[in-house]
Amino acid sequence: MDQFHLFPPQASSTAYGVDTLFFVLTLISLFFIAVVFLPILFFCIKYRRGSSADRSNPSNGSNAVEVGWTTLPMLMGLALFSWGAVDYFRLERRPGNAIDVEVVGKQWMWKVQHAEGKREINELHVPINRTVALTMISQDVIHSFFVPAFRVKQDVVPGKYTSEWFKPTRTGEYHIFCSQYCGTQHARMIGRVVVMQPQAYENWLKTGEQTESIVRAGERLFHDRGCSGCHAVNSQFHAPLLQGLYRNPVPLANGTVVTADDQYLRDSILQPAKQITAGYDNIMPSFSGHLSEQEIMQLIAYVKAIGQQEPPPR
Amino acid sequence: MISATEIDIQTGGEFARPNYLSEHSVRSWLLTTDHKRIGILYLFTILFFFAIASVAAALMRIELLYPTGGLMTSETYNKLFTIHGTLMVWFFLIPSIPAVLGNFVLPMMLGARDVAFPKLNLTSWYLFVLGGAFATWSLIRGGVDTGWTFYTPYSTTYANSHVISMAAGVFVAGFATIITGINFIVTTHKMRAPGLTWFRLPLFVWSLYATSLMMVLATPVLAMTLGLISLERIWGVGIFDPNLGGDPILFQHMFWFYSHPAVYIMILPGMGVVSELIACFSRKRVYGYGWVACASMAIAILGFLVWGHHMFVSSQSVYAGMIFSALSFLVAVPSGVKVFNWTATLRKGSIHFATPMLYALGFIGLFVIGGLTGLFLATLSVDVHVHDTYFIIAHFHYIMVGGMVTGFMGGLHYWWPKITGRLYPELWGKLAALATFLGFNLTFFPLFVLGYLGQPRRYHVYPPEFQVFHVLSTAGASILGVGYVMPLIYFIWSAKHGRVAGPNPWRATGLEWQTSSPPPTHNFKVTPVVTSDPYNYSPEKDADLDLASI
Repeated sequence: MDQFHLFPPQASSTAYGVDTLFFVLTLISLFFIAVVFLPILFFCIKYRRGSSADRSNPSNGSNAVEVGWTTLPMLMGLALFSWGAVDYFRLERRPGNAIDVEVVGKQWMWKVQHAEGKREINELHVPINRTVALTMISQDVIHSFFVPAFRVKQDVVPGKYTSEWFKPTRTGEYHIFCSQYCGTQHARMIGRVVVMQPQAYENWLKTGEQTESIVRAGERLFHDRGCSGCHAVNSQFHAPLLQGLYRNPVPLANGTVVTADDQYLRDSILQPAKQITAGYDNIMPSFSGHLSEQEIMQLIAYVKAIGQQEPPPR
Repeated sequence: MISATEIDIQTGGEFARPNYLSEHSVRSWLLTTDHKRIGILYLFTILFFFAIASVAAALMRIELLYPTGGLMTSETYNKLFTIHGTLMVWFFLIPSIPAVLGNFVLPMMLGARDVAFPKLNLTSWYLFVLGGAFATWSLIRGGVDTGWTFYTPYSTTYANSHVISMAAGVFVAGFATIITGINFIVTTHKMRAPGLTWFRLPLFVWSLYATSLMMVLATPVLAMTLGLISLERIWGVGIFDPNLGGDPILFQHMFWFYSHPAVYIMILPGMGVVSELIACFSRKRVYGYGWVACASMAIAILGFLVWGHHMFVSSQSVYAGMIFSALSFLVAVPSGVKVFNWTATLRKGSIHFATPMLYALGFIGLFVIGGLTGLFLATLSVDVHVHDTYFIIAHFHYIMVGGMVTGFMGGLHYWWPKITGRLYPELWGKLAALATFLGFNLTFFPLFVLGYLGQPRRYHVYPPEFQVFHVLSTAGASILGVGYVMPLIYFIWSAKHGRVAGPNPWRATGLEWQTSSPPPTHNFKVTPVVTSDPYNYSPEKDADLDLASI
């Protein structure tokens, strides 16, 4: 991790593609540098003051030439844009079948929790050749989760889930940097990703203090914090049931329909009045300030888990 | 061919009196409405802020010699980069060429006696000083640690430093910019000499015109944004605070809607100066004049449509990112057109390597590198990796320092004989130009490598494997510093002891050279009449021209 390099290690499935495009851009840059600098050098020598070069009939411009050197870079730009856009599109779409890891950024540390319940601070252990998807949120200011060796970066924003994924292809330890300025100790909001062989990763998950899984922790909160009083199947109160909810459309009281994604669930816990489900009253209290970002993530994980169940008849 | 004796006659002897510098009282300076004097007032003011901001940069570069720092706390370091960015952008770069060189030469280039609104022009300087006073006050009270970008919610809720006084300073200075912009637009429309049609305007005027449009249209958005930050800090109105239903990303949209055009406010005037220098010192009309002029306008328009390329990893919509990326490639085209035309201008010219020309050539070299690395940042997938790293630091310093400051230095040397009536020492000038070019590259080129390696910006301490690049950069910065101090010394010296320049030491064709140096208060004894296109040089005739004065 601390060795001198001229070029960062390529440790993810994304790195090769980004670097290839980077080299293509470098070559194109060298081409344009040659196209500009060589003639300048040549003209500066040939037409230096006092030289006997032929200066008759100087041209003041030609529309054909101008159209040429306007169009050619434009076409080149279009090609580069498309290439970068295709890769970016792939990078911005969270793949299915990934190892889910939840990350909370705060001044000035990264708090990480694995689905199995294992927690880390400023470290992230992942297995090689498996896609890992991070769900991230900030508890204060904007941070950014940057792993140079993977060529991935995503801002971590308060009040909004963002995600980032990568598939490590080399074991080893790599830097995690916070790349969005976040206050006094910004430069110390760093950590490391440890990419391990699958077996070593399994063993690592089992070491240390055994904690409950994120879903179990969410289920416990669901009961402890009183959510189940209204949202459980056998509840007396008239509240929407959460089984079969996740990723499905929810008709709202105002006539619109939204999809029950992570952001919707988060808003429903913290700002319940924002989106009232059709047929229900606005009676739920806000849990804003009563739950930590990690607890909210656990609750959502639980709602997601029961979201796969069939909604029971009522 | 012009004989050496003719030049001696022209440049010898004392300069014309009375001129705009003849009055010496403090009152005559503080109450002046003469655009030339206001330009000089601006020059001293921006040099003051440039000095503070440069000291901040020097301290940072010294601190970064060691991975663990040691000279200062992280808080101090964060305040230093905020001072450096804020002062350099708003109190040096934005006013640099427009308010100093533009104020001085624009009316003369148009054959006018002054700008359209001379009293507003002075008001602009006072507002600028007032804004500067707020900014200085914020520094004296302990500084700001938000970075020049004031990102929310850090700036609104979490920063414990003097954000509001700094925001107030930038807010007030913004009005100075707006007034200068309005003045330039009206002056260019209404006060051109007889015969000076739009397509006979010098390219510097075109670039100032395009810049002024952006100043007038973009700066109000900055004022609103800074106003909202202050409201949120004082009363917690919740525009940007997610806990109150606000959106911190909204701030970034508003900030970059101003600040991306501001980047072009910080480069277009430099391009304008370079067009003047290339034409004069290769004794040739600028190749593709109309295309270069229109390229300035294209940049001014497209510059408003690319702000989202600062936000590819901010969680902005993927599709918005794609549109902003495509438009960013488009905005690079007119800049490329300018560079190609400058290159073609040299062909069949008669090239004089006087100091301003060295700066102009340096500008092209550095601007090309800055512009091409901009393409890396416009490319979505590559930007994800290099965003917020030293790569971007290197890129925009190549544009703003390599481009704008080099253009400013070139222009200052070029018009110095007009401003003071005296010549700077040519050999020292060349040495300084060389020192800035070499020093600049050594300071900033290693940062491209460092950025691709992943070193994030605004890091007070860093992993030890990055040290060698920081050491190279600091070494370069010391050379760069020498390159900036040298002109300061010889300019001051030459203002008193330099050789008398005469009205037109460069044998240039612009109207500003057709009056005495230093010019009389109202610029021209008789309003000039323009009968030909600009840059009416003849390289063949000037092949052996000896600008003996240099």
